[in-house]
Amino acid sequence: MSTRIPLPYTAKVLELFRNPKNAGPMEDADVVETAGSPACGDMIRLYLKVSRRDGEDVVERATFESYGCAANIAAASILTEMVTGKSLREAWAISWKDIADELGGLPPIKYHCSILAVGALKRAIRSYYAKLGREPDWLPKDLTVEERQTLEEERMLERLYSGYSIRITIPRGEGGEGTRP
Amino acid sequence: MSVRELLELHGRPPREVYFDLENSGYVPPEVVNEMLPYFNSVGYGHPSITHKPGWEAYEAIYRTKELLRQVLGAGGIEEFVITHSGTEANNLAVLGLALARRGTRGKIVVSAIEHLSVIHPAEAAESLLGFKVVRVPVDSEGFVLPEVLQEFVDRSTVLVSIQFVNHEIGTVQNIEELSKVVKEVNPEAVFHTDAADAFGRLRIDLGRLRNVDMLTLSSHKIHGPRGMGVLYVREGIRLEPILRGQLSAERLWPGVENVPLIVGFRKAVELAFSDFEGNVARMRSLRDRLVDGILGRVPDVLVNGPRDPARRAPDNANLSFLYVEGEALTVELSMRGVYVSSGSACTSRILEPSHVLLAIGRKHEEAHGSILFKTSRYHTEEDIDYAVEAVAGAVERLRRLSPLRGDRQPVH
Repeated sequence: MSTRIPLPYTAKVLELFRNPKNAGPMEDADVVETAGSPACGDMIRLYLKVSRRDGEDVVERATFESYGCAANIAAASILTEMVTGKSLREAWAISWKDIADELGGLPPIKYHCSILAVGALKRAIRSYYAKLGREPDWLPKDLTVEERQTLEEERMLERLYSGYSIRITIPRGEGGEGTRP
Repeated sequence: MSVRELLELHGRPPREVYFDLENSGYVPPEVVNEMLPYFNSVGYGHPSITHKPGWEAYEAIYRTKELLRQVLGAGGIEEFVITHSGTEANNLAVLGLALARRGTRGKIVVSAIEHLSVIHPAEAAESLLGFKVVRVPVDSEGFVLPEVLQEFVDRSTVLVSIQFVNHEIGTVQNIEELSKVVKEVNPEAVFHTDAADAFGRLRIDLGRLRNVDMLTLSSHKIHGPRGMGVLYVREGIRLEPILRGQLSAERLWPGVENVPLIVGFRKAVELAFSDFEGNVARMRSLRDRLVDGILGRVPDVLVNGPRDPARRAPDNANLSFLYVEGEALTVELSMRGVYVSSGSACTSRILEPSHVLLAIGRKHEEAHGSILFKTSRYHTEEDIDYAVEAVAGAVERLRRLSPLRGDRQPVH
C-alpha cells in the first residue's frame, strides 16, 4: 500500500474510539458546523446547544459526528467533553495542543485531527454569533491557526487532484463497480 | 506514549483472524521447526568458509535454489539471487540494471500500480543516474493493455517492470503477452516482473516465459519468514550489485547469508507446492465466501479490482466501505480480532491514499474506505464467517458515527 507510518496510539485514544462520548446528531442544536471533507478522509460535524447564563453564553450540550480515523473520533469526542459547561469565550481558548494533551498525546502525523476538531469548534462559535448578529469583543477578526489549517486541509484536495500525473485511467466496460443498493 | 498500555486495553479478542498477509504473515510451526536447527546445531557457519558448518550452510542454500529452479522451470540455480526482502530484490532489479547501463539515459517503463519498491528505485534511477521514468496507465481493473504498453516502449527503453499480480487489487497481468510486446519493439529492453503476489497462487513457468528476464519473489507472502526475498536473473542479463561489501555465495548481494530464513523459505515453498491446486482452490473458496458474505450483509461496498475470477488472484479481496474511513475500520476490526490493512491516507506517512486505487480511478473518499484481505490455506470457514460478522458489526458502528449518511438516529 502507500508508504506506512507506525501509529502508537495512547490508551486514551483507543478508549474514546471504542466508547466515544456524546456521539450522534442533536435535533435541537443551536449551531451545527462541519470541518474537513470526505475527500480528505477527515471530517467532524459539531452540534452545540447554547444557553444564556449569568451574562455568558454557555455550552449546555455538545455532540459530534465523525468520518475519520481513530484519532479523529477520539479528538472529536474529547472536545465535546471539554466544552460542555464552558462559556463560548472559554471554549474559544481551547487549542489543538490542549486536545492532543488531553488525549495523552497524539502521533505528530495525527495532529491534524485535533486541529480539525478545534477548527470545527471555532467555526461553530463564529457561526453562532453570526446568526445572532452580535459579535463579542473577544472574538478575533483574524482566523486562528486551527481555522487556517482546517481551510488548508479542505483545499488540499484540489491540489492533490491537479498534481497527480499517474491518475490517468482508461475506462473499460463496467469496471470494478460492485455496489449493492 | 505507552504502546504497552494500548495493548493492555486492547486485550486479546476471543478469536483472531489475520488477513494482512500483504504486509507480513503468519509463519506455521512446520516452517519454524525447519529453521531452528540452523541457528545452533547445523549450517550455522558462513557458506563460503571451508569447514563443516560452512559447507552445511552452502548445501542449504543450494537446495533452496534447486527447489526454486524446479518449481519455476528455470535454467540453472545460478540464476537465483537471494536477498534480504522482496523490496531488496526489486531494488536490485531496477537499480542494479540502471547501474549496469548508466550513461545511456534511457527509459525505465513501469506500470502506474507497481509496488513502491519498484516505483521508488525507478525514481532514484531518474534523479541520480539520469534515466527517464515512464508510468504506463492501467484500466479501471488495473490491467496494463498490450496496445497501451506498446505506445510507451521504444528503442531507448532499458527496462520494463510490470507486476505479475498486483499486491493490492489482485489484478493478474498477461505477462507472456506483455513481455512479448516489449521484446518485439525492443529486444534489448530487459523485462522484469514482480511476482511476489503470484508465487504460490499461479503457475509460473520460466521455460515458457522466454521474454521474462527478471522475476521477484518474497518469502513472507507464502508464509515463509520475513526478511527474505529472491531475484531471478536470466543467464546473460548483467546487473551491478547495489550494496557493496564482502561477497559470499551470492555474487550480487554481499554480507552473510541468513541461512535459517533461507531454509524456512524452502519449507514454505515445499508446503505451497506439495498440493498446489488444492491450496489455490482453498484460498479461492475462502475468498469467495468472505466477499459474498460481506456483500450480502453490508450495503454500499465497492469491489476494487477485476470482477473476472480468472483474471484475479485467488486470495485477494479489496473492498471499499463507503461513508467510513479505513484506518478507523482497521482499529475497530482489530478489537474484534480481525486484522486487516487499508489504503486510506490516514495510515500513510504522506497522508495520501493508495496510489493503486487512485490509478484505477477510485475517488479519494472511495480509497479512504478501502480494506485489503488475503485468504490462505491456514484460514478455516469458521474464521471467514466470524470475520464477515465482525466486518458487518464494525462498519455498522462506524457508519452510525459518520455524518455522511442520512439514516442516523439522534442521541437526545
